[in-house]
Amino acid sequence: MTALPEHGRGRGGWRDWLLSDAPASRGQARAAAAWQGWLNFRSNTLAMIGLGILLGLLAVAALAPWLAPYDPFVQDLGNRLQPPGTPGHPLGTDSLGRDILSRLIHGSRITLYIVALVALIAPLAGLLVGTVAGYAGGWVDTILMRITDIFLAFPRLVLALAFVAALGAGIENAVIAISLTAWPPYARIARAETLTIRSSDYISAVRLQGAGPIRIITKHIWPLCISSLIVRVTLDMAGIILAAAGLGFLGLGAQPPSPEWGAMIAEGRRFILDHWYVATVPGLAIFTVSLAFNLLGDGLRDVLDPKSGEGG
Amino acid sequence: MTTAPDTPPRARRGPIAPWFTTTVGTLTSIAVTMLGLLFVTFFIGRVMPIDPVLAIVGERASQSTYDQVYRQLGLDQPLIVQFAYYIWDVVRGDFGVSTLNARPVLEDIARVFPATLELATLGVIVGVVFGIPLGVASAVKQGTWIDHLARVVGLVGYSMPIFWLGMMGLLVFYGILGWVGGPGRLGIFYQGIVPDRTGMILVDSALAGEWEILGNAFSHIVLPASLLGYFSMAYISRMTRSFMLEQLSAEYVTTARVKGLSEWAVVWGHAFRNIRVQLITVIALSYANLLEGSVLTEIIFAWPGIGSYITTALLAADMNAVLGGTVVIGLVFICLNIFSDLLYRVFDPRAK
Amino acid sequence: MTSIKTMLTGAGLAAALLAGTALPALAETPDDMLVIANRIDDVTSLDPAENFEFAGVDAGRNIYQKLVNFDPADLDAGYIPEVAESWEVSEDGTTITFTIRDGLTFHSGNPVRAEDVVFSLRRVVQLNLTPSFILTQFGFTPENVEETITSDGNTVTIVTDAPYATSFVLNCLASTVGGIVDMETVMANAQGDDLGNNWLKTNSAGSGAYSLVSWTPNESLILQANPDYYLGAPAMDRVIVRHVAESASQRLLLERGDIDIARNLNPEDVAGIRDVDGIEIHDELRGRLMYFALNQQHPELSKPEVRQALKYLVDYEGMQDSFLSGQYVIHQNFLPQTFLGAVDENPFTLDVARAQELLAEAGVEDLEIEVGVREAQERIEIAQTLQNTFAQAGITLNITVATAAQTLGRYRARELDMYLGEWGPDYPDPQTNAGTFAYNPDNSDEAQATGLLAWRNSWDTGGLTEKVDAAVIENDTDARAEMYREIQAEFRETSPFAIMFQQIEQNAIRDNVENLSLGGATTAISYWVIEK
Repeated sequence: MTALPEHGRGRGGWRDWLLSDAPASRGQARAAAAWQGWLNFRSNTLAMIGLGILLGLLAVAALAPWLAPYDPFVQDLGNRLQPPGTPGHPLGTDSLGRDILSRLIHGSRITLYIVALVALIAPLAGLLVGTVAGYAGGWVDTILMRITDIFLAFPRLVLALAFVAALGAGIENAVIAISLTAWPPYARIARAETLTIRSSDYISAVRLQGAGPIRIITKHIWPLCISSLIVRVTLDMAGIILAAAGLGFLGLGAQPPSPEWGAMIAEGRRFILDHWYVATVPGLAIFTVSLAFNLLGDGLRDVLDPKSGEGG
Repeated sequence: MTTAPDTPPRARRGPIAPWFTTTVGTLTSIAVTMLGLLFVTFFIGRVMPIDPVLAIVGERASQSTYDQVYRQLGLDQPLIVQFAYYIWDVVRGDFGVSTLNARPVLEDIARVFPATLELATLGVIVGVVFGIPLGVASAVKQGTWIDHLARVVGLVGYSMPIFWLGMMGLLVFYGILGWVGGPGRLGIFYQGIVPDRTGMILVDSALAGEWEILGNAFSHIVLPASLLGYFSMAYISRMTRSFMLEQLSAEYVTTARVKGLSEWAVVWGHAFRNIRVQLITVIALSYANLLEGSVLTEIIFAWPGIGSYITTALLAADMNAVLGGTVVIGLVFICLNIFSDLLYRVFDPRAK
Repeated sequence: MTSIKTMLTGAGLAAALLAGTALPALAETPDDMLVIANRIDDVTSLDPAENFEFAGVDAGRNIYQKLVNFDPADLDAGYIPEVAESWEVSEDGTTITFTIRDGLTFHSGNPVRAEDVVFSLRRVVQLNLTPSFILTQFGFTPENVEETITSDGNTVTIVTDAPYATSFVLNCLASTVGGIVDMETVMANAQGDDLGNNWLKTNSAGSGAYSLVSWTPNESLILQANPDYYLGAPAMDRVIVRHVAESASQRLLLERGDIDIARNLNPEDVAGIRDVDGIEIHDELRGRLMYFALNQQHPELSKPEVRQALKYLVDYEGMQDSFLSGQYVIHQNFLPQTFLGAVDENPFTLDVARAQELLAEAGVEDLEIEVGVREAQERIEIAQTLQNTFAQAGITLNITVATAAQTLGRYRARELDMYLGEWGPDYPDPQTNAGTFAYNPDNSDEAQATGLLAWRNSWDTGGLTEKVDAAVIENDTDARAEMYREIQAEFRETSPFAIMFQQIEQNAIRDNVENLSLGGATTAISYWVIEK
């Protein structure tokens, strides 16, 4: 969202071009706004910490096979439940003698995978339902919003549980289940935005030029809804991670021997009294990552959606 | 699940119409939502690959036993017929019998819901008592260390896996320090002494004047309620802060300050008065989320509430129990919505 | 709400309350009360005609008397008279006549009569609930019970459809399903034609050492001693079984003295509590077996070499000595130790080279199979260990964890490549396991013999079915035991079942608890002999 423009330019020219008071083109104006946003964002220390953690996580996930000291699946029954600090196993070993650090590192991939998929599916589904409902109005609106209400009135984890139970346990199904519980708020936001945009002169003008409803929704309404959705998604990511971990904890997420963090907590829970680290380490990992997403989300909101200004 | 950050208040009704239209409209929308809720639940129950018959008869049953139970449950009927029968029974107040423990579902719910109610109520009280002052303080002292502290406390609350925090809490406060009671609602010796009036042990034991039992029940509820309270505090303080900031930057506040009103009077007398209405919605929402049953907290603390009841039932395909539980939660949700609407009208001068 | 002062006072008060509630250091349970932490979420009904899961059977054993029963002080002695004072078997071996003991009474005060016995046994057959097969395997049907189970004065006569070994019949009558219920009390609470089933699910009407006070699902099960019990009033006046799912919680409760017995500690918690003052560990060999089975409809798994190879790809010792430590012992035969005919030959060990040879002989490469496991941590760990050792011979094992009902549903529908799970004997006779592992008279899909493990795995047993049939009507006990030993020797090598372990139940108890008997491999816990 804060990507730099692709135009190649000399180093000194860059800043001036971006900070110019009189942008020469629409592209320059956009780039300048993004740059300004980045400058704002950069001054927010907490958000930068969040960003740093997440970049670190991305790096760890990308380099997992090289960073992890052991294969995350290799067992050593004679060397199980070793405490942190054991030579060769800085974070200790789990019940089957697997290296916890290596599992943690490989588990970061699963976490990112889940977050990325849900963050794609849920807002898109919500956007679709919300804009169609908002633009079409009438009975379409009533029906779609009634469905949204029904999904909202459901206990969320129970709904997710039900779907995982119906589809079978597994990462992909957990993603679908979490998305199913996550889309309704997006639909409401998108609908609200659509309602304000729909009656604007700008849309009337487009309609007069002969654009059909599909074109209006996809080309003109969607782009305007995106920014508020992005803020919402970033703030939701922590919730997604926690929901995924909760499903993993209940045994309905990733299947063994997958090193999903929630499942690792569930495994370690049995030894909590004598081998507390087995459950503590993945718990701290989940906490760190979701905190990072929250920090980032708060910062992004300040930049992208200053009028809501509640994060600051 | 934990309170979702910034979930917009649900189901706000439109402009106030004459009471008649409003009532009819409200009732219709309640009925439609409930029917939809039931249908979705029912449908999920039937497409789930969990065999309700096997959940009852177990691994060893012969095929003839299996077939007998299959017919008893009415599973040989078409889906829509089963649904119609179910709705007809529900309308008459019969939620059926739990296939898992052979008890009427209503009896089960009367047992598990008060447990959740007790926990959620205490949780939301903790959330309000700590969340509002924290939110107000950080808005008034915007940008100072108080503000940053409040924000970090809130964000940590949002970011913590609650089941993990619960486990750690139990380990430290119960396992190591022995300050609080362990899992469950009551110590073993205190069970079954106090007559069951409301199903909420704190209330029942106080009514019976059994102070020792009250103390024991309190030592059990303190940890889970504080945990849930922490999460709802995170949400409430964040929203309070944002509402307050909006008010404090408004013109009337500047005017009041110029007129020489004390800071105290400005903050509480004016700004806070104006956010009461929004806060009520936030608190109601937070309460509703806790009442939905915090499945993971209930599991960790062996709290026999409605969240874990529905979950267990779901995994055993005990659909009467799941449907019953869903109806109750749906109703609670809708009632809280209506309740906050009412309060809204009482407090909001514009609504009068 | 409008003053910050009241708010702060409120907050301070709450904080004080949060901090100020401490527990007494060590409690102690009353002398005549036994408090047990157990998992009781498997209980679905306490009606003897329906009661079939572990925690329910524990209660059932203490509430209902049977015609013959086991003495907790001497389980090896086998069944001894209880409601039946004595019995006689007819010449042709199909008719058994029991003489009913005088002077027994139900908890209601009603006498225990021959009519009650007949009612109880017929009722099981008529209701046709899960455990009914234990009786119906003798040829009783709802249509013929009026003739096959009858009473005359103080005698009860049962007529079976074949001359089964008397020990087999009596062992079955000694299981939970043979519990004698109080006909008058039960019928007074009957609804429609349910023979009192609905009422008995949550109430009791027996003549045993205890009566049921209450059963609250997932919370507690409370029993009250029967002062008129024919062996004398039990020392423990009240038995409270509380549902505590977590091993760690059970351990803490025991350490604090809140409970007397913790029944579900995992090996780590047992190790952690073993040296605590005032606590002892009680080990008892139980009848449950841990096994995996291979579906014979799978083209590769049906090859004898592959079946054999997989049995060499299990790290029996590694598991026994690590995460199963103290709670499972290697056992590779379908009859648990202490059963008639049990053998202790365990020829298989982890031998990857041998397995690879066998796989090469069978021409199997790149085998990928799915194993269904229900969500119990130790089973998931066993599955992961198998995954690890199978991989060493190039076999990919995919684990599917699901709820019990889900996994069982697929197993019974013959859909799983491989199933990993437990099997516990249903009644204390070798037929209980022989008749399911090694018995499958009709292997067709249409037969729907879903109760038979051999059928679920589409295994035709290669002739063992007939041998099992023969063993069950052999009345010479030594000869019968020898027949089972032979069946097991063949089964071990040829069957698609890899039996791995037998369960040892480890209970942590407070050291003042005496005479604890969990029931060994044959029956369930007996509260009435416990003292403290």
